[in-house]
Amino acid sequence: MAKIIVITSGKGGVGKTTTSAAISTGLAKRGYKTVVIDFDVGLRNLDLIMGCERRVVYDFVNVIKEEANLNQALIKDKRVDNLYILPASQTRDKDALDLEGVKKVIDDLAKDFAYIICDSPAGIEKGAMMAMYFADEAIVVTNPEVSSVRDSDRVLGILASKTQRAEENQEPVKESLLLTRYSPERVEKGEMLSVDDVKEILAIPLLGVIPESQSVLNASNSGQPVILDEESDAGNAYEDAVARLLGEEVPHRFLDIEKKGFFGRLFGG
Amino acid sequence: MSFMDFFRANRKKSASVAKGRLQVIIAQQRAEVGGPDYLRVMQEEILAVVKKYVEVDDDAVKVQMEKAGECEVLELNITLPDGHVA
Ligand SMILES: Nc1ncnc2c1ncn2[C@@H]1O[C@H](COP(=O)(O)OP(=O)(O)OP(=O)(O)O)[C@@H](O)[C@H]1O
Ligand SMILES: [Mg+2]
Repeated sequence: MAKIIVITSGKGGVGKTTTSAAISTGLAKRGYKTVVIDFDVGLRNLDLIMGCERRVVYDFVNVIKEEANLNQALIKDKRVDNLYILPASQTRDKDALDLEGVKKVIDDLAKDFAYIICDSPAGIEKGAMMAMYFADEAIVVTNPEVSSVRDSDRVLGILASKTQRAEENQEPVKESLLLTRYSPERVEKGEMLSVDDVKEILAIPLLGVIPESQSVLNASNSGQPVILDEESDAGNAYEDAVARLLGEEVPHRFLDIEKKGFFGRLFGG
Repeated sequence: MSFMDFFRANRKKSASVAKGRLQVIIAQQRAEVGGPDYLRVMQEEILAVVKKYVEVDDDAVKVQMEKAGECEVLELNITLPDGHVA
């Protein structure tokens, strides 16, 4: 049985697409056949982060409308075996996705894949609802900041009431928190909510903490999911999150300020 | 307390202020979301009706669903402006 995981947040720009690319790549690297679907119809983005934008021929909406079959639309990643991307359509038609169509595509993919990762658009409108509807698990991407935490809480409410699992009274969607763009320096100074603050407020298990990192921008500039950058703190943090997703127990890293070098100690307070 | 410490102490506050605000917002939000879907819409419609007759603030109408044993109680609170004679 395929596991369907939605990457969601409510608030825009918090790191859902970055996370979808990293987690799907991480799962595939570990040998799980994985497909990542871009649900952000009209604002296709994932293809850029995955570096396959020039290979998009058909998209998710083409498949739903039966203008193309899945094999024509799926893009096989060139770096990692077992990894496929289903790009979003650039259509401006908001109603291009419907539950029945999405269900058919997901059911088809489930026959062949171990993991189906759904990159949700921002908001709590139709696109976001479609992305979460069939989910078994939800990774709630949150920044340590008031509006993002509030939106995450709203999304948790929706996951618990508006998904297939909720409507059919099945076991609820398994939720976990991924805190991204975390800056231990700013937490230390009292300028940023700490991981414990956010955990306490949202009260869901912590999948990981991704530090604020220049390497994320570098990765997106070059179209390489950041998890492939083994030198990068954010990449390593995503690697840990993938391990936890698979049930491994991995200690959290990057929660504390990096030890200062000689000059830092000399001049720092 | 040195000059720098003064600013540090001030800064300490912004994250804890954020936390305090969030705890309130989220308690409220959960109470609202916990109720049935129509509550919010109903609240808006009632507000529109009240406004036809009385000049009230946008947050003058509060609708809440509460459980009292077996029954559910729908609590409706309308705040009229000061000096209003009913
Ligand atoms: N850990 C991080 N460190 C630094 N920058 C980051 C980090 N995570 C994400 N970003 C940056 O934040 C921006 C938004 O990221 P991303 O596109 O992944 O968010 P999103 O939630 O998918 O946005 P949208 O809601 O528009 O779909 C990008 O510029 C990305 O490079
Ligand atoms: Mg995105």
